[in-house]
Amino acid sequence: METIILFAPLVGAIIGGFGWRFIGEQAAQYVTTGLLFLACLLSWIVFLGLDAEHVKHIQILRWIESGSLSADWSIRVDRLTAIMLIVVTTVSALVHMYSLGYMAHDDNWKTGEHYKARFFAYLSFFTFAMLALVTSDNLVQMFFGWEGVGVASYLLIGFYYRKPSANAAAMKAFVVNRVGDFGFALGIFGLFYLTDSIKFDDIFAAAPELAETQLHFLWTDWNAANLLAVLLFIGAMGKSAQLFLHTWLPDAMEGPTPVSALIHAATMVTAGVFLVCRMSPLMEYAPEATAFITFLGATTAFVAATIGLVQNDIKRVIAYSTMSQLGYMFVAAGVGVYGVAMFHLLTHAFFKAMLFLGAGSVIHGMHHEQDMRNYGGLRTKLPYTFWAMMIGTLAITGVGIPLTGWIGFAGFVSKDAIIESAWAGTNGGYAFWMLVIAALFTSFYSWRLMFMTFYGKARGDKHTHEHAHESPMVMLIPLGVLALGAVFSGMLWYNSFFGDHNKVNEFFGIPMHTAEAAAGHGEEVTAHATEATTGQAETAPAAHGDDTAHTAATDDTAHAAVTEAEHGMAPQGAIFMGPDNHVMDDAHHSPVWVKLSPFIAMVIGFVTAYWFYIVNPALPKRLAEVQRPLYLFLLNKWYFDEIYDVLFVRSAKAIGRFLWKRGDGNIIDGTINGVAMGIIPFFTRLAGRAQTGYIFTYAFAMVIGIAVLVTWMTLTGGAE
Amino acid sequence: MIQADLNIILPEILLSVYALLALVVAVYTGKDKVAGVLTWATALVFALLAVWIGLTGEGTQVAFGGMFNDDGFARFAKVTILLSAAVVLGMSQEYMARRGLLRFEYPVLVALAVVGMMVMVSAGDLMALYMGLELQSLALYVVASLRRDSVKSTEAGLKYFVLGALSSGLLLYGASLTYGFAGTTLFSGIITAASGGHASLGLLFGLVFVVAGLAFKVSAVPFHMWTPDVYEGSPTPITAFFATAPKMAAMGLFARVLHDAFGGVTADWQQVLVVMSVLSMFLGAVAAIGQNNIKRLMAYSSIAHMGYAMMGLAAGTVFGVQAMLIYMAIYVTMNVGTFAFILSMEKDGQPVTDISALNMYAKREPGKALAMLVLLFSLAGVPPMVGFFGKFYVLRAAYDAGLVWLAVLGVIASVIGAFYYLRIVYYMYFGSDGVELDKGRSPVLWGVLMASAALMLVGVVTQFGVEGAAAAAAATLVN
Repeated sequence: METIILFAPLVGAIIGGFGWRFIGEQAAQYVTTGLLFLACLLSWIVFLGLDAEHVKHIQILRWIESGSLSADWSIRVDRLTAIMLIVVTTVSALVHMYSLGYMAHDDNWKTGEHYKARFFAYLSFFTFAMLALVTSDNLVQMFFGWEGVGVASYLLIGFYYRKPSANAAAMKAFVVNRVGDFGFALGIFGLFYLTDSIKFDDIFAAAPELAETQLHFLWTDWNAANLLAVLLFIGAMGKSAQLFLHTWLPDAMEGPTPVSALIHAATMVTAGVFLVCRMSPLMEYAPEATAFITFLGATTAFVAATIGLVQNDIKRVIAYSTMSQLGYMFVAAGVGVYGVAMFHLLTHAFFKAMLFLGAGSVIHGMHHEQDMRNYGGLRTKLPYTFWAMMIGTLAITGVGIPLTGWIGFAGFVSKDAIIESAWAGTNGGYAFWMLVIAALFTSFYSWRLMFMTFYGKARGDKHTHEHAHESPMVMLIPLGVLALGAVFSGMLWYNSFFGDHNKVNEFFGIPMHTAEAAAGHGEEVTAHATEATTGQAETAPAAHGDDTAHTAATDDTAHAAVTEAEHGMAPQGAIFMGPDNHVMDDAHHSPVWVKLSPFIAMVIGFVTAYWFYIVNPALPKRLAEVQRPLYLFLLNKWYFDEIYDVLFVRSAKAIGRFLWKRGDGNIIDGTINGVAMGIIPFFTRLAGRAQTGYIFTYAFAMVIGIAVLVTWMTLTGGAE
Repeated sequence: MIQADLNIILPEILLSVYALLALVVAVYTGKDKVAGVLTWATALVFALLAVWIGLTGEGTQVAFGGMFNDDGFARFAKVTILLSAAVVLGMSQEYMARRGLLRFEYPVLVALAVVGMMVMVSAGDLMALYMGLELQSLALYVVASLRRDSVKSTEAGLKYFVLGALSSGLLLYGASLTYGFAGTTLFSGIITAASGGHASLGLLFGLVFVVAGLAFKVSAVPFHMWTPDVYEGSPTPITAFFATAPKMAAMGLFARVLHDAFGGVTADWQQVLVVMSVLSMFLGAVAAIGQNNIKRLMAYSSIAHMGYAMMGLAAGTVFGVQAMLIYMAIYVTMNVGTFAFILSMEKDGQPVTDISALNMYAKREPGKALAMLVLLFSLAGVPPMVGFFGKFYVLRAAYDAGLVWLAVLGVIASVIGAFYYLRIVYYMYFGSDGVELDKGRSPVLWGVLMASAALMLVGVVTQFGVEGAAAAAAATLVN
C-alpha cells in the first residue's frame, strides 16, 4: 500500500509528461489527479490504521553497495511518515483538482500551446519527490527526495518561462537552496564519517556517542552532535526559508498560485521542520544546536511578520506569513517539543494551503491582478472565496476559546501550544516574546489582507472589478475540504500531538513504560518550571527500559546516554525526547497570562487592523509618511536582497568576470594561442629549414648526434 | 645437429628459396608480364608463412650456437612483418601495374627484404644482426629507386643508400667495439660482460654506436632526416612498405639488442632512448604541421610514432616491451589503412599527394572519408579508437617505470601532433571546394581501408588476442 502511495504520483508524472500526446491533454490531467486521489485515500488508511509502536520498513530495492556504504531504497512507516503522507497527498490531491480550473485558461500561453499536461506532470513529480523525502529510511534517500523537490520547485517557479522574472526567481530559489543543501550534504558526510552508516536507526543508536565525540572541522574542534545538528539544520534553513536563506521564498510566488499553495506553503517548505523532527534523537543530544534553532526560528517568525505588515502583493503577504509560521515550527522543534512542531505543520498545511488557494481564486476572479491596493469590496463578488478566506484567517490568527487550550480553529490550538512550549523551553525568554509579538503582527496583516481585499470600496481598474467572477466549482471544492481541516484538525488531534502525555506517547509509538513514568511525573510536578527541574532528578523517565530507568533518573544525561549506547539500540518511536526533556509537561503548567498572551495579541492585531482599514482608511498612509524610514525598511524586506546583492551576487560576478576575462581569456586562451600560433609554427619553420634536401646536412646531423651521445656517455660514464 | 638448426630457421630458408626460384622463373618466362601473378603469389606466401609461424611455433629454440633465436618475441614480430608486407604487396599490384612500375624484381626484392627482417628479429649474435640488417637494407635501397625514370625516386634511393651506408658504418664500428671489449659477438656473451648495471666505457661506446645504427633504421631523431625525402620520392606503395614492415623489424631488433645483449645495463641505454624518444615525438609533431604533401606528412608522423614506441622500450620493463609490441601492431595496421587511402588519391589517373586536394572530400565519398577520419583520429590517439590505447599502453609503461615526465611530454607532443591529423579531417569535411579527385577504382584498396578503419573501432572491444600475445612475447625477451 505504501509502495502504491509512493509510486502512484510518479506514474502520474510519467503519463502526464510523456503520455499526453497519446491520450490527450485533458485525459492526462484527469489521470494525474485521479492517481493523486488514490494515493491520498491510501494515505489516510495508513494514517488511521497505523501501528505506531512498530516501525515498518518496506524494502523496495538494494540501492547503494560501495565499501562500507550500503543502503536500501526502502520506505519507513512510522507516525512522522504517516503525518507527512496525509499532509502531502491531501494537499497535493486538492491542488491537482484546483488546478483543473485554475490552469484552464492562462494568458501567459498562446492559444494552442500545450502547457497543462506539463504542469500536472510537474505537480505529480513534485509529489513523488516529496513522498520519497518523507518515506525515506536513510539520509541519502532523503537527500534524493530533497533534491527532487528542489528540481520540481525550480521547474514550477519558472513555469512561465517566457517571463524573465519567473526565470530569475526559479534560479534564485535553486541557488539559495544550494547553500542549504551544501550544509545538509556536509551533515550527511559527517554522520557517515562518524557512524559508518547512513541509516536512521544506526545514526539514532549512535547519537549518545556522538554527543561525546569531538570532530575537527574548519580549524577547530566541535562537539560532533552539535556540529552535525547545525549542519543538518542549515539544510533545513534553505528548504524552509529561515532567516538568511529565506530570500527565495517571496520571489517563488512568481509560480502559478496552486504551486505556491502546494510547494511554498504546505509541503516542501516544511521539509526542514520534518528533517529536524526526524533527527530528534540526534537533536536531543545537541543542546547548543537546538538553542540555535530556537533562536533562529523565533527571529524568523518576527522578521517575516514585520515584513508581512506592509506588503501589497496578496501572495507575498501570504508568503511572508508562511515564513513566519515556519519559524514557529522551528521554535517548537528547537525547544524539544517535536510533536507540537508536527502539529503546527499539519494544521498550517490546511489553513495556509487554503489561504493560498483562496488568494488564487481572487487572482483568478480579478484577471490576474495581485496588488491588494486594487482590490476592495470583493465580498459580494466572490462570496464562497470570501468565506473560505475568512475561515483561513480565523485559523491563522488563532481564534478560539482561551484557557480551554483545545477549543478553537486549528491555528489557535497549535500556535498556542507552540507559544506555551516556547515559554517553558526558554523560561519565558527571547523566543517566547518574539513569538507573541509575531502573533500580534500575524493577526494584523491577516486582517489587513481580508479588509483590503473584501471590504471597503472597490479600488483600481473599474473594468476588472465589473468582470470579477466567482471561481468554478472545481476550484471551490478544494477550498471547502481544506476549510474543514482548518476548522477541525486542531481540536481533533490536540491530545495526540500535545495534550495528554500518554496519548502523545501512544500516538508517536514511544514505549509505554516511559509513558507511564512520564505521566506520573507530569502529575507530580507543580506549575513552576524551577521546581520541575528539581523534581526531574527523582522521577525522570528514561527511554530505554525499566531496569536502567533509575540509574538514568539519578544520574545526568551523559550517563543515560552511555547506558543507551551500551544497549546500542535506536530509541523507539517516531520522535524521541530525552530523559530530561519536560518542556511539554512544563508547557501545560505555564501560568495563565502566558496562555492568554497569544489570544490578547490576536485581539490587539485585529482591532488595530480594523481601525486602520475600516474605521480610518487614511491612517496607514499617514503613518507610513511619518515613519518613512521604518516603512521603507519593512517594505524593502529589511534590505536583505540588496545586502546579498552587494555581498554575494556582485562579488561573485566580479570574481567570475575576472576568472573569465583574465583567467580564461587572457591566461589560458592566451597561452594556448601563443603556443599554438607563435611557438609551434616557429619550430615548424625551423624543422623545415633544417630539412635542406642535401645529403651532407643529413649526414652532418647524424654525426653531430652520435658525437653528442658519445660525449654524454663519456662524461656521465654510464648511469652509475 | 645441423638438421635441428635448419628446422628452426625453416621459414627463412623457405622464403629465400622461394625468392630465388621466383627470380629464376620470372627471368626465363615472361619477365615483367608475370610480375602481377608473382606479386600476388608472394603476398600469398607471406600470408601462409605468417599463419604457419603464428600457429605452430612454440617455446624458445636456439639455433647455430645462439646466433639465431626462435622465441615468442621473434614470432610476434615475424607475423606482424609478414602480414603487413602481404597486405602492402596486395595493395600495390594494381597501382604499380597501371603506372608501368610493376617489374618482376619488385616482389622478389620485397621477399628478400622480408627474409632480412625475419633474421633481424631473430638475431642472437652481432653477425646475424648485421646480415639481416644488410639483406633488408640492400633490398630496400633498390625498391626505393624502383622508378628509374623519375629523378625524385632515384634521388630517394641514392640518399637512402648513402646515409644507410653511413649508419651501417656506425653500427659496424659499434659492433667491433663491443666485440673488442666483450670478447664475443654472441648476445649471450655480451650480456655477461655487461651485467650488474656496470659496463666498461668501451662497451658503452659500442652500445651507443649500435644504438645509433639502429635508430637510423627506425628513423629516430637525429637519425631521421632521410625519412621525409625517401618517403616522398619513392613510389607510394614502396612508401607504404617502408612505413610498416621495416619499422616493425627495426623496432624488434632494437628491443632484442637492448634486452638480450645489453639487458644488464638498462640504466645506460635508457637515458639515450629517452632523449631520442622525446626528440622524435616532438620533431615528428612539430615538423609535420608544415607539410602539405601527405607522404611527407606521413613520414613525420612515422617519426613521431617511433618516438612513442621507443618510449615503451625506454621503460626497460617487460610491460614496456609489451606496450611497444602492441603499439607497433596498432601502428602498422593504421598505416596500412592510411596508405590504402593515399594510394587511392588520384586525379585523371595521376597520383595526387597534396592534402588540399582533399577539400570537401566527404561530400563526394562519405564512406571513405569516414574511414579515413577514423584512421586519422586513431593516429592522433583520440579515444575510443585503438590508437588511443596504443598510446595509453606506452604512457603507462613509462609511468610505471618512473618516467613520469617522459609520459607527460608524450601527452603534450600528442596534443601538438593531433593538429595535422585533424587538419586533414577539417579539409575533408569543412574545407572549400577545390580539386575533385577521381572516384576510387580499386576494390582492394577500398577493402583494406575499410577493414583497417573497422579494426580501429572493433579493436576496442576485442583485440584479437594481440594483447596476450604481446605479453607472452615480451616475457620471452625480458627476464
